[in-house]
Amino acid sequence: MTHLSLSDPIAVTDNNAMAMPLQVTGLTVAYHKKPVVQDVSFTLAPGRLIGLIGPNGAGKSTLLKASLGLVPSIAGDVKVYGKTYQQHRKKIGYVPQRESVDWDFPTNALDVVLMGTYGRLGWFRRPGKHEHETAMECLRKVGMADYAQRQISQLSGGQQQRIFLARALAQQAQLYLMDEPFAGVDATTEKAIISLLEQLKAEGKTVLVVHHDLSTVEAYFDDVLLLNRTLIGVGAVKDIFNADMLQQTYGGKMAVLQGKEGIVLAGK
Amino acid sequence: MSSDFWIILTACLMSAACGLLGCFLILRKMALIGDAISHAVLPGIAIAFLLSGTRDSLAMMIGATALGLLAVFLIQWLQNSGIQSDASIGIIFTALFAIGVIIISLNARNIDLDLDCVLFGEIAYVQWDTWTANGIDMGPRSVWMLGSALLIILLLLALFYKQFKISAFDPAMAVACGIPVMLFHYLLMGMVSMTSVASFESVGAILVVGMLIIPASTAYLLTDRLGRMLMYSVLTGVVSSIIGYYTAYILNASIAGSIVTVAGILFGIAFVFSPKHGVLIRRLRQRRSQGTAIAE
Amino acid sequence: MWNTIGALILDPNVRWIIVGCMLLGLSSGVIGSFMVLRKQSLIGDALAHAALPGICIAFMLSGVKSTGGFFIGALVAGVLATFGIRWITQYSRIKQDAAMGIILSFFFGVGVLLLTHIQHSGDGGQSGLDKYLFGQAASMMQSDVYVLAGISLLMIVICVALFRLFKLISFDPGFAKGMGLPVAFLEQLLLLLTVIIVVAGIQAVGVVLMSALLITPAIAARFWTDRLHIMVMVSGIFGALSGLIGTLWSGMVSQLPTGPVTVLAATVFFAISALCAPRRGWLAKLWSRKQTKEQWQRQGGISHE
Repeated sequence: MTHLSLSDPIAVTDNNAMAMPLQVTGLTVAYHKKPVVQDVSFTLAPGRLIGLIGPNGAGKSTLLKASLGLVPSIAGDVKVYGKTYQQHRKKIGYVPQRESVDWDFPTNALDVVLMGTYGRLGWFRRPGKHEHETAMECLRKVGMADYAQRQISQLSGGQQQRIFLARALAQQAQLYLMDEPFAGVDATTEKAIISLLEQLKAEGKTVLVVHHDLSTVEAYFDDVLLLNRTLIGVGAVKDIFNADMLQQTYGGKMAVLQGKEGIVLAGK
Repeated sequence: MSSDFWIILTACLMSAACGLLGCFLILRKMALIGDAISHAVLPGIAIAFLLSGTRDSLAMMIGATALGLLAVFLIQWLQNSGIQSDASIGIIFTALFAIGVIIISLNARNIDLDLDCVLFGEIAYVQWDTWTANGIDMGPRSVWMLGSALLIILLLLALFYKQFKISAFDPAMAVACGIPVMLFHYLLMGMVSMTSVASFESVGAILVVGMLIIPASTAYLLTDRLGRMLMYSVLTGVVSSIIGYYTAYILNASIAGSIVTVAGILFGIAFVFSPKHGVLIRRLRQRRSQGTAIAE
Repeated sequence: MWNTIGALILDPNVRWIIVGCMLLGLSSGVIGSFMVLRKQSLIGDALAHAALPGICIAFMLSGVKSTGGFFIGALVAGVLATFGIRWITQYSRIKQDAAMGIILSFFFGVGVLLLTHIQHSGDGGQSGLDKYLFGQAASMMQSDVYVLAGISLLMIVICVALFRLFKLISFDPGFAKGMGLPVAFLEQLLLLLTVIIVVAGIQAVGVVLMSALLITPAIAARFWTDRLHIMVMVSGIFGALSGLIGTLWSGMVSQLPTGPVTVLAATVFFAISALCAPRRGWLAKLWSRKQTKEQWQRQGGISHE
């Protein structure tokens, strides 16, 4: 099996793959007897925005969680900057799906963002003045500074998503894994998120985003991973994001229409 | 010291310890795990009694706390093997409680612990059950047990507040940042077990549950900050203890039952009148928003 | 030991009690299957605890220990408790589990308050009220057994008659509503049946452990089958056998309450099922997981489909 690499623009050989932000080899996750993610291998290059695309139930979230060790894998290997994720946890920022937490939790927006700094604080230190400043700065970056003292259940879905992103920023990571940050958000939030992603990229950080909306893939991302239980394709958007590959990814369930506006999927 | 003082002190220590832990239990949606633990420590207490033959607090505390943790572990195990979470809780705590009752019934002569006490506790007698060290009377044993439990809880929560908080809010993210979530989970469960054991003799198994869940829920309706929620929870617990004690005196009834009843009534008041999340304010807000909608 | 059992079975009083407990186990196993599938396992626990103040108030009002009066008191308290849980979850941000904990312990607290008040006010007739905490089947009169048997039979008849409807609302209430079925009514009915069986069971098993009779046999049965009607039957059988073992064992040993022994018997059935059931059992799963892993390793992690 060939090892697929997101090598553009830097040519990657096995030697300098050591320094790559994320290198996944032969990753397989199974619930009961069924493999949900099967034998997935890829490498992410630094300074890129990568979309993780695939139909519902393709194992996108599972792949993300398995990369972080949140769900056990039965085979395969994950390297973050050449080391195991346990050794490099502080270099990873994770944005879970918005529905995964209870927004009735008694806390405010600033406090949630502060949680992003907990990983760096170690066992006993409490977040202090410096951490508060970092958190406020991150809130400002997502345009939520005015809502710092707001109880989190009083925020709209899009605002909650931005809080989650601000928290990931507060982690000051090198590699970001985001689980559907665009799901169910308003246009303002979508714009805020995408400009943030661009900024992260400009800082040389790597962002892997689980994404649903195929019409925006070409506008938002540099590279794509096409996943449907197995990895269908990986590479630069301009090379592999085409009707043919999408047909393979989404199977017979969808008709792929390619027009001037980009790619549209129509249910059959 | 008068007996009033010792009883009220015991009740207040118990409700403070339960109130702090209860907040984390309800935020982690584990209220019923608390229920399960408080029942599951019974066989531990019975076995410790049987082995040591005395009310040696330390042995009992350790044995029963271990059993509480075992219950949590078994429940987790059943859940992981695909059984619904509430059914797992139901199976494990009834089984362990049944074992406890059977041990006590079969050894009624050797165990100085009757079944009524298991359910209601004997808080009225705390004053007479004193701890003697080197021949010196150190005061009621329950006060020492609950006091040290409360101290341990305060210490652990103060040291690891941020870890407990993030594990409650977003455990997946906590794991991803390298916080040992399972360790803090079992630490919390260990504290709940320890508090259940320490409270057991004074208020009994089921009323421990009440003090774990009810004041914390009352506080949850009153504030939107975790720190304040912890404070309010302890406060309502202490107030329930004091009012409950005097109510029991007037009605000539169980003090423990009376404390939980008062806690329940306070919850009812918060449920209706809370300025943040009460039923009344919700209604009012709804009507106002309807009013503006019509006006527009 | 067999002689003792023989003697117990020959005793007509004991025989009645055994029949009563077996019927109780059977019907709670049947109802419990639906409750478990509807993910309401612990409702039974809340209802059983809630029954205590009902029983006490019935005693305070009537001044006598009468099964009928207790039954009505417990029924009213149980229905109030279900409303309480619904109100709390509906009108505040408190979640289901905490709401159940609140109602369960509050009602029980009130029950304890009343119970001790009755005991301390000390008139002779009150003794035996505390039997309701852990259950003492031996204290059942023949008339109690008749009532229990009647209720159990009624439950089973209703469940058989409405089996298809209960199945639908347990599996997919949204779909059932779409079909124009009176889902809300059926859900209430199922809850009412649960209240009735819980109240009926308290005298034999006790307040604290009644929930086990609803949950444990049903979960044990779930391991053996994927078909609902088989699950309901197996669960009923486990329940009935637990009732039989519980009554016999507690009858042989003095001072042993029936409830805990019955629950322990049910737990043993559960443990056996969880370990040994084919396909869903723990051993079977361990085996299949090992095979999957080996299969992957043999293939070198590359699929050949």
